[in-house]
This record gives sequence, structure tokens and C-alpha cells, in this order.
Amino acid sequence: MILIIHAHPYPQRSRAIRAMLDAVRDLPGIEVHSLYDQYPDFDIDVAAEQAALVRADLVVWLHPMYWYSVPAMLKHWFDVVLLRGWAFGEAGDALHGKFCLWVTTTGGRESSFTETGAHQVPFAEFVAPIRQTAIFCGMEWEPPLVVHGAHAISADEIAAAALAFRERLRAWTPAPQAADDSWRPNDFE
Amino acid sequence: MILNDALIYLAAAVICVPIAWRFKLGAVLGYLIAGILIGPWGINLVSDVDSIMHFSEFGVVLMLFVIGLELEPKRLVTMRKSVFGGGSLQLGFTGSALAATATAAGLGWKAAVVVGLALALSSTAIAIATMTERNFLTTPTGQSGFAVLLFQDIAAIPLLAVIPLLGIAAASTDGTDEPGWLAAAEAFGAIAMVIVIGVYFTRPLLRLVARTNLREVFTSVALLLVIGIAQIMSFVGLSMGLGAFLAGVLLASSEYRHALETDIEPFKGLLLGLFFISVGMGIDFGLLESQPGKVAILVIGFLAVKLAMLWLTARIIGVTSRQRWLFAILLSQGGEFGFVVFGAAQTAGVLSREWADLLNITVALSMTTTPLLLLLHDQWITRVECAGGAKADADEISDTSPRVIIAGFGRFGQIIGRLLFANGINAVVLDHDPDQIELLRKFGYKVFYGDATRPDLLHAAGAARATLIVNAIDDVKESLLLAEIVRDHFPGLKMIARARNVMHLVELRSRGVDVIERESFEAALKAGRHTLEALGIDRFRARDMANIFRRHNVRDLEALVPVFKDEASRVSAVKAGRDELAALFAHDREQFEAEHSSKDWH
Repeated sequence: MILIIHAHPYPQRSRAIRAMLDAVRDLPGIEVHSLYDQYPDFDIDVAAEQAALVRADLVVWLHPMYWYSVPAMLKHWFDVVLLRGWAFGEAGDALHGKFCLWVTTTGGRESSFTETGAHQVPFAEFVAPIRQTAIFCGMEWEPPLVVHGAHAISADEIAAAALAFRERLRAWTPAPQAADDSWRPNDFE
Repeated sequence: MILNDALIYLAAAVICVPIAWRFKLGAVLGYLIAGILIGPWGINLVSDVDSIMHFSEFGVVLMLFVIGLELEPKRLVTMRKSVFGGGSLQLGFTGSALAATATAAGLGWKAAVVVGLALALSSTAIAIATMTERNFLTTPTGQSGFAVLLFQDIAAIPLLAVIPLLGIAAASTDGTDEPGWLAAAEAFGAIAMVIVIGVYFTRPLLRLVARTNLREVFTSVALLLVIGIAQIMSFVGLSMGLGAFLAGVLLASSEYRHALETDIEPFKGLLLGLFFISVGMGIDFGLLESQPGKVAILVIGFLAVKLAMLWLTARIIGVTSRQRWLFAILLSQGGEFGFVVFGAAQTAGVLSREWADLLNITVALSMTTTPLLLLLHDQWITRVECAGGAKADADEISDTSPRVIIAGFGRFGQIIGRLLFANGINAVVLDHDPDQIELLRKFGYKVFYGDATRPDLLHAAGAARATLIVNAIDDVKESLLLAEIVRDHFPGLKMIARARNVMHLVELRSRGVDVIERESFEAALKAGRHTLEALGIDRFRARDMANIFRRHNVRDLEALVPVFKDEASRVSAVKAGRDELAALFAHDREQFEAEHSSKDWH
């Protein structure tokens, strides 16, 4: 089962993330948790979330980048669901061997993630905390899917990104990935 | 005649007790001095000391009833070790040491044993009244003292029973020719009767009376209950106080506990005062005049031996070193049972009249020394503390009383109570609807019957020590009355109030209540959110809108409070508020669109 943890505060207002989500909804074996919709008061049902994670083979974190990180709700989800003794620490092996795919969108173009750009460092530096979160929980890190410049790209480009996401999930099998687990820039710009 | 006596007693108490209090001597000493002043050796205003003493002993009975009310059977079971362990230790040590001293003073062994044990008993009335006065009864040391006193009350019964057997004129003195087994059977029967009354009859009766809403009838029933039980016990020759204590314990877990306590309290206080006065009157200063040296030696010797033995007991039962002397002083005096024992021993021929008189004055004088010794102890402790720079051991004060009081346990109060209970937070719950209480008790809630708008009942519920009170009363008038009472009588008690409507909120605010929740506001807001969601708005966005509405509404309401009673300014304030809200939402929409337009990338 593929579990999509979807975090967008106003899904109806979303452009890119909504297109991505809509593209994969009808795939078999998909379960979507829309955190802002299910827990608008941040009252996350930890037991239900953990149970879904246990059932999942692949966990997808799907959200727009907010201030170089995940939206507040997904951070809260990390805090209350990925607990010591469950996701990490002693006997914390519930997620061991599962796979994790990060799918996100950014406002800036990839070129702005350089020393001279507005964001001053390569995007890979912002990947590190998310990647380490998954790895610390014993999950296998899949090459992430990042849509840069979602602010400016055309509807066609968004559709292409959504289709690529759909293909990733459709073709996904729980096999060990190739040694290449570093972040790769996407080519949807 | 009765009124005349009452006039004298009340006047003496009203004059002496506040003066004693002013000089920090404590109320007990004030009463004792009042008694000495109006007694036969003072200005001799009252002569019939014995009958007054007899009557006022009922104050001790009422006191034991109230103490029993505060002791649930469960707690009594956990106390059994300190009652029987600490109690027997104290009685054994002190009794044998005093008996040895008495033998040395020239008494025969039988008399010495009786005198030793009788003097080992302390005055429940003085010790507990003093501990309550100093708010000491709930501390661990106070509890140990109480356990010892309780054991003494139990031990006094066989002691009294044994005296006639020791005497020369055993059988002939009074009409106790009935065989021992019959007396024992009667005693068991009486105790069983008290238990049956306490467990099966009292609560339905109290519920019935409570439903009539006639306060004085409830008070009458409370008094009837205690007097009736005392009579049953005295009929078979058992301690009235013990019976009342038992009845109190049996009612301790009932919903009427606080109401009973409140109703009995004034009678207890008055009669106990009268008891102390009669002790003061009973001191035979004639003996002090004729044999001052002998009396002084007796009092000093008695106190020295008893204090030493009590200190030793305190050490063994684990009283902290700093409080051992306090424990010893509190229990150092001779008890009222002493008078009874010496009387019985004299009748039985075990004790000579001369000795009985001497011992009586020793006990009476030792009662007056307790407050004085405590004063000395306080000064000494202050000096030691100041010298050592140490702080008072605050950690030793174990407050057994809950920190939260919930007034009103209907739809609103219940949710608060359940939230607290589920988290292990103890709360005293007060409600005045007997049917409601019965229903809630069936579900296992501890709810007490009582009108929370009575200051004395609030006091009994621990309002003076509690941190906060939840005012969840649904009747607006009563709720406002409670707010006033808490403001006037318990200024340190924080209040969290439920308002039925805006008018109610304004009235509560004008009575100084800070934290107020309108009972329907949050629920309506939540329903509003669901409505927005049903119209297709994102759930998190619906939450934003409700949050904006709440913030604005609360701010508007607070602005409205000062002008609420003037209709014209209220209407204009409400209109302005409505326009403001519309503008606020328009602004929010604009900002939201700017941030999350569909042209955006998210």
C-alpha cells in the first residue's frame, strides 16, 4: 500500500499540489491522508496515523515548501506520530525497511538556489533535514520529486509533473533502489 | 435561669476569647481563663459546675462526629497501623512510666496502674481544637497525633470497665450486676445498630429532608442523628464520642458530608467552648492554696514524664525531629477521661479521695499549660530557625484537600469534572439537587449535597485552601451570588465561570470574575464551522474564519461591558461592532486572496 501524507492548508487554493494529488488518486493501493482536512485543529489521531504507516510499503510526503521546510501541520505530524520507541530509539522499528518518497513544490526557480541566488544555498541543503528524518526512522530514501518554480510554470508543465508523479507511483515496487539515492533535480522547468 | 447562665457564659467567652486570640494565646486558653474568672474561685457567678460540664461534654461528641465526617473509611483503613501501632506504643510507654512514678509517690500498684493509664490519655478536645486552630491536623505529624488520640478513645472503654474489678467494693457500688457476656453482647448490638443506622437509614432520610429544601429541618435531623447515636452508646455504657465518630465515618463518603459538617459546626463550636469554660471553672484552687508545693510538684512531674514519653513515641513512629516536641506538647495534657476515671476509681475504692482531688487539679492545670507550652515552643523554634537560617519545612505539609471546587454539576459542570477526574485531579463537587446527585452517584461520581452560595458550606468544602472554583451553576441569580460570596469571603480563590448569556457575562465581569466562558458560544462557533465546511470551504479555512470571528467577538464584548446597561450606547456599540466585523472579514479575504490566489504556485 502507498500512503500519501498530504499537507496543504487550503487544498482548493492549491495549483501544483492539487494537480499532483488528483493525478494519483485513482491508482490501486493508494491511501491519502489530507492532514489539514482531517485535523483542522491539529488534533492528529496518532494511533490511526501509525496504523496506516504500519500498513504502508511506501510513504509519500506531499506538500508545498513553506519557509524552506514542511508546512506546520506536517511538522506537527512528525512530532506526534514519529515517536521514540515506535519510529526511532529503542524498539522503535515500526518503519524499518519501508520506503519514503518526498514530493514537493517550490516557488523559486532552481537557479535561485545558488550562492548568488535569492536563497543563497543549493536546494540539496533543504533536502537534508527531510531526508534525515526518513533515514533516522529506518526508511529507505527514494529520489525525491521536486517541482521548482511552480509559481511561474505553465499548466502544461504542471500536468507533465503530475503525470511523472503518477508514473513513479504506478511503476513503484518495493525493491531496493539503485545506489543512487542522492537528490536529483527534476527536469520540469 | 437558663438565659441568665447563657448570658454569663457568652459574655465571658466574648470578652476572654478575642483577648486571648489577640495575645496569640489561642482560643482554648481564652475559654479556660473565662471559666476560671466566672467560676467558684473567680467572681463566682456560676455554681453548678458539674451539670454544665456534663452538658458541654456533648461538644466533644459533636467534635468527634465532625472529625469522623472528614475521615473516609478507606482512609481509616490506611491509618490502622498508626492508630494501633502508634497508639498502643504511646499508651504503653506513657502509662507504664507514669504508673512507676505514681508507685514512687506512694500509691498501691492497682491505683498506680489506673492512675498511670488514665494520665496517659490526652484531651481530644484540646489537642484537636489546637491542631485545627493552627491548621496542623492535615499534616503528617497532625495525623499521627490524631491516630494516637483515636486509640486513646478506644482504650478508655476497657480501662473504665476494668476499674470496678480492681476495687474492693467491686460488685456492690453500682447496679452493674449483669454478667460480662451480656454487657459485651449489648456493646456489639449498639455498635451494629449505629452501623445499620449510618449505612441504611441516614442517607435516605437526609435525601428526603434535603428535597423539602427546609434548612432548619435538615439541621434538626443532623443533630437528632448525633444525639440519638450518642444515647444508644451511652445506654450500653460505651463512649458517646466513639459512637458519634463511627457515625461520622459512615457518613464521610455520603453526598451530605459537607452539609452535615456545616450544620453541626456552630453547635460543636459553642458546646466545645462551654466545655473548656467548665474545665476552667472546675479547677479547685482551694487545693492549690492549701498544698501549693504538692500540686506544683505533681503538675511539673506529670508533664515532665509525659512529655518525655511522648517525645520518645514520636521518635519511634517517625515524626521528624523538628516536630517531635510539638507532637509531645500537643498531647501532653491530661484528658477529660481522667476526671471520669478518677471518679470511678474513687467509687470503687481503688483511689483515696485526697489523691482523686489532687489528680483532678493536676489534669485541669495541665490542660491550661498546653497553650502556654506551645507559645514557648513557638518562640524557641523561631529563635532556632532564625539562628540556623533554615526555612520552615513546607514539604511536610501534605494537603489532603482538593484544589478545585466545582459548583453545579449539571450538563456544564459534568464535562469539566470528568475532564479533571480522568486526569486524576481531585475536585469537590457541590450540587443542590438531591435527585441529580443520586443519579450521578449511581454513575460513581463523588458529588456533595449543598448550596454552594453558603459561605459556611464553601468553607467546609475547603474554599479557604483551594486554588480555584468552577462556577458552573445554571441559575443566573445563584451564579452571581456565588461570585459575590467568593469575592467577599475567599478573595484568594480564583473563579472560572460559566455565563448563560451576554447579560450574565456582563454581570459576572462587574463582580470581578476574569475567566468567563459563554456556555453556548464555542458550540455555536463549531456548528458555524461545520456549516462553512458543508458549503465547500476548506476545513482549515473554516477554522481560520471562526478564529477571526471569535477574536473579534470577544474583543467587542469586552468593550461592551462598561456601557452594557445603557441601551443607547449598547445599540450603537453593537452596530459599530457589526460593521467592524464585516470590514474585518473583507480585509481578511483580500489578504487571503493575495496570498493564495489560484495564480499562486502551491
